[in-house]
Amino acid sequence: MSAQAMVHPGEKPHPQSREYVILAIILSAVTGIEVAAWYWEAIRALMIGGVVIDLLPPVLIVLSAFKFALVVMFYMHLKFDHRLFSGFFLFGLGAAGFIIVVFIALFHFLRAPFPVT
Amino acid sequence: MTEFAAAAPAHAPVVEETSTGLNTRKVLMWTFLGSECMFFGSLIGTYLVYRGRYLPGQLIPKDVFEIPYTSVSAFALLMSSLAMVLALAAIQRGDIKRLKIWLLVTAALGLIFLGGQVYEFTSFGAQGLNPNVSTFGTSFFVLTGFHGAHVSMGVIWLLSLFMLAARGQLNQARSLDVEIAGLYWHFVDIVWIIIFTVVYLIPV
Repeated sequence: MSAQAMVHPGEKPHPQSREYVILAIILSAVTGIEVAAWYWEAIRALMIGGVVIDLLPPVLIVLSAFKFALVVMFYMHLKFDHRLFSGFFLFGLGAAGFIIVVFIALFHFLRAPFPVT
Repeated sequence: MTEFAAAAPAHAPVVEETSTGLNTRKVLMWTFLGSECMFFGSLIGTYLVYRGRYLPGQLIPKDVFEIPYTSVSAFALLMSSLAMVLALAAIQRGDIKRLKIWLLVTAALGLIFLGGQVYEFTSFGAQGLNPNVSTFGTSFFVLTGFHGAHVSMGVIWLLSLFMLAARGQLNQARSLDVEIAGLYWHFVDIVWIIIFTVVYLIPV
């Protein structure tokens, strides 16, 4: 057997150790940027076009989505494995996103006044 | 793994003797991970709904969270994913010695993460935050507690694989065993990527 994983029809060979290490360096750097952004007070009240905007949440969401995608595509090999595996995972992920949006919408529009006595 | 698959030459397409042509254990694991997405999605959604709900005088996230400390835990879990793929690469090239080393490193990093979580929960408890005091406390402990339980299961799984390798029962032909354990471990990692951002970094 080769150093590669078995390759099924519709799949590509997996990355090797060097690529995995490079990816870990990128992931570490992005985590560092996330924490640095958290400490950077100015990002929470940036003046853009005369409007004060808190850019921290969107920046953190984009960075964590980037990390999430890298791990799923390269460490979990979804970029290289059969598309059926992506289908199973993305269906669950889409359902999870839907659940979160529904929860927030439900409790935002229909929630009881708080604190409840 | 079928006999045909085990005897396949390098890079030759391997067709499993299943209705999909894919390995059923791997299909099962991906289906399981899809269902786990929904499980953690519901817990994260619940936390997002309740995290801002507490009575005056109750502890709030910014009172108790220690971002530098949690960042180190997050980094340990992230690096455990690297160790996991290096373990997989080792067994795929038949290097059982390195496989054992990387499995132990992965499990050790998982244990560091768990130790951090135990310290954090103990610290929060000492400050007065527990699952009973507020809906924020309940949703926080349920979400992070379930994640910690998943990490614990992953550590047990990794140590079981290490024992098999030490006994000579895990070899190159059984690399799928490590790959499937790796899928689970990476999933636990990506869930923490979301939790670290949503729970710890994004302010209420």
